Amino acid sequence: MTIQAKKEALLTLSQKVLDEAKKQGATSAAAGISTGDGLSVDVRMAEIDKLEYHRDQGLGVTVYFGQRQGTASTGDLSDAAISDTVRAACNIAKYTSEDECRGLADAELMATEFPDLDLYHPWDITAEQAIEKAIACENAAREFDPRITNSDGASVSTYSGLSAYANSHGFAAVRASSSHSLSCSVIANEADGDGMQRDYWYDSSRIGSQLDSPEIVGQKAAEETLSRLDARKLTSRQCPVLYIPRLASGLLGHFTSAIGGSAQYRKASYLLDSVGSKVFPDFVNLYERPFIPQGMRSASYDSEGVATREQDIVRDGIVQTYIMGSYSARKLGLQSTGNSGGLHNLTVDSTGQGFAEMLRLMDTGLLLTGLIGSGINGITGDYSRGATGFWVEKGVIQYPVEEITIAGNLKDMLGGIVAIGNDTDRRIGTRTGSILVEQMMISGE
Amino acid sequence: MNLIDVAEATLLTPYDLDTARLDKVFDELVGPQTDMADLYFQSKRAEGWSLEDSMIKSGSYSISQGVGVRSVSGEKTGFAYSDEISLDALLVSARSASAISRAGQNGRVSAWQRQPSVPLLYTHENPLDTLTEAEKIELLRLADTTARAASPYVEQVIANIGATHEVILVADQEGHLSADVRPMVRMNVSVIIEKDGKRESAGSGGGGRFGMDFFAQADRVKGYVDEAVRQALVKIEAVDAPMGEQVVVLGNGWPGVLLHEAVGHGLEGDFNRKGTSAFSGRIGEQVAAKGVTVVDNGTMQDRRGSLTIDDEGVPTQCTTLIEDGVLKGYMQDKMNARLMGVQSTGNGRRESYDSLPMPRMTNTYMLAGEREPEEILASVKNGLYAVNFGGGQVDITSGKFVFSASEAYLIEDGKVTSPVKGATLIGNGPEVMTRISMIGNDLELDKGVGVCGKAGQSVPVGVGQPTLKIDGLTVGGTAG
Repeated sequence: MTIQAKKEALLTLSQKVLDEAKKQGATSAAAGISTGDGLSVDVRMAEIDKLEYHRDQGLGVTVYFGQRQGTASTGDLSDAAISDTVRAACNIAKYTSEDECRGLADAELMATEFPDLDLYHPWDITAEQAIEKAIACENAAREFDPRITNSDGASVSTYSGLSAYANSHGFAAVRASSSHSLSCSVIANEADGDGMQRDYWYDSSRIGSQLDSPEIVGQKAAEETLSRLDARKLTSRQCPVLYIPRLASGLLGHFTSAIGGSAQYRKASYLLDSVGSKVFPDFVNLYERPFIPQGMRSASYDSEGVATREQDIVRDGIVQTYIMGSYSARKLGLQSTGNSGGLHNLTVDSTGQGFAEMLRLMDTGLLLTGLIGSGINGITGDYSRGATGFWVEKGVIQYPVEEITIAGNLKDMLGGIVAIGNDTDRRIGTRTGSILVEQMMISGE
Repeated sequence: MNLIDVAEATLLTPYDLDTARLDKVFDELVGPQTDMADLYFQSKRAEGWSLEDSMIKSGSYSISQGVGVRSVSGEKTGFAYSDEISLDALLVSARSASAISRAGQNGRVSAWQRQPSVPLLYTHENPLDTLTEAEKIELLRLADTTARAASPYVEQVIANIGATHEVILVADQEGHLSADVRPMVRMNVSVIIEKDGKRESAGSGGGGRFGMDFFAQADRVKGYVDEAVRQALVKIEAVDAPMGEQVVVLGNGWPGVLLHEAVGHGLEGDFNRKGTSAFSGRIGEQVAAKGVTVVDNGTMQDRRGSLTIDDEGVPTQCTTLIEDGVLKGYMQDKMNARLMGVQSTGNGRRESYDSLPMPRMTNTYMLAGEREPEEILASVKNGLYAVNFGGGQVDITSGKFVFSASEAYLIEDGKVTSPVKGATLIGNGPEVMTRISMIGNDLELDKGVGVCGKAGQSVPVGVGQPTLKIDGLTVGGTAG
């Protein structure tokens, strides 16, 4: 079947779900159907470890009887299953409460333009080719240095799929997307023979041929692992912390969830009623750019069919909007911002420094490269997490550190951002460089 | 009714399948180099309800079913799955999965054997049917009214109740047919309170492998509500947690997440076969203080982490991991056991038919010692008493692990004093286990809410321990 024919088949099926919901008495309904297939190959010590074929399909339906809602889902797309699933959703709606904020997103907000965002590039790679690539990647890591003594393996994975969404406003659309990745994780022994360190590297892209070469990914994995050897603990202290881009993205995520509609209406946020207030220093600008070609989070409509838009989230350090789908927007007496299902390519202005300049700017402090655990209190903003990284003095990396925690309060951390680098990591959905936080508490020996 | 009959009636007969037809699938799947091959049929029904703003905000129902097809040759695994259960779909999956061993046409030779039933650890009644819809939502409303009556500071109550019912059937290349019917229920209550201009939230809940009527008994809802409100009120009063290395006393029950992270994952067979765990090659060594005995026990009646058989058809057991401080054994699935020359310990688990089994924990806990909890606290001059935790995480290679205290107090001169803010505790698994200096007599397991994640797959687990004293653990506070 051609891609066009597959798209049409999904649209026909989603219409069938809406018709069935209407037949069973629902006043309105929404249907989401997705299908996809992929391949993932894991190799370890130059041998195949796992070869997995993925083939998925799923249907979710939401029905409304007035302002009562019911949802149901199934992996079976047969007519009988569709009818049973709609019936299950309708049955649920008999027992849920009349909720004035419930219902489809407002009809006038539905997307009407569907630019091609160039997200669909299936990778015609055979299992044999994928195995070869993964082995080349792992070999590059293992041969990089004799201290690399063991391996957690290398993987190549590819997935492409279609996702249709339709609702009884007459909105119906289907999008196709692909994602591919190459990753490697290796282990090095400490020189004293006591203990091991492991780290990894990866690349991901919408387009398979644009992935970094197996050699580059393997070598970077080896370098990352070797850099962890002879890690020390630090004594407890207060110092600046430089978040690498991948972790900076997580830090900004703690901000965007705090200004998320559901955290706001539940009053479960350390940034309550923060629109119009200054959370960041003046130079911080955050905005959403949903239409970036091949972007990891690009989309022209959200999971309720609402048109996405380029919008400012933070301007000159001041919060411009909450991030909302239709339910939380109604709860707050506002309008959906097209963010049901999340943000689309959060983008951050850099203050212009490259990574080396960021280190120099920090002078003496912690370069943070790994976080473990989830010690974050979303209501108070208290933050305490396990950390690994490097101790930096006078802008120069001195030695790796481990078994420490970093702690602070997110309000102080966001307000205490000193600079944002231009070393953006294209692999992740949030476009940010490294972020330097003025000071945090390090707990160690 | 025999569980295999139930599973055949659910997973084979409606799709025009029987053991003769499964033989055709094994013909495709098994070749001369195949060491192991199996089919995993699964049907799952799940239902969930949630209350917020004193309204029954949402309800959901899901039906999923499918079959996973696996072929193993040496250390290589080939895997494919299908959401559709049919002979054709099975044959397609079998051809994909067998690509790993360039399968010839060996097939199966032995006769099919229906595995003898093992003692059931839980009911096979469908938990979704144990209460009516009206009764389920009544429990959520009860949580709401009870919480709002419990304290004038309660601003928001979010309550969830849910159940799943699974039927699984495992058929392997040796002709073994095994089946299980698995109920699971869970209820959670969380509250947001506001007092003196400060806001906090806390939650509590429970569950296990039984019917939802469990929640309608013995004032359980009130128990969850009171606990959530109590914890939230304690947090409001919390001062900054200390930083640096501290003597830490861990409460009994849920703080057993320590063991899950500090030793449990590191003792899973796959990591040890590959030599990537900080515990690799250390069987017979003293890896914990004397007196420390840790087991993984899948055979406990009605427990969330329990399984009558694992997802490879092997009956679960109580495996001693550490005995009096000495490392005794690892948790194994069939593949890793075979490659390490030992027997499976019944720890082969998978999230669903669409993912591969791995060695996973069931209910992991430390046996009780002899100390009174009061005696343990009284022995601490200055330290931290941590009684409730959020999640944890471990790097099994370096052995570094964290777990996040959500309710903790200072210990000053042997007395429990001010509550402190949530803080992450970090340590090195093998090292921390040797620093356990006192073990309480009050072993308790958690209330049935644990979820463990590994390689993207989540499975329900249990944890437990008695009150413990650890002579040094780094506390990630902000107070110098």
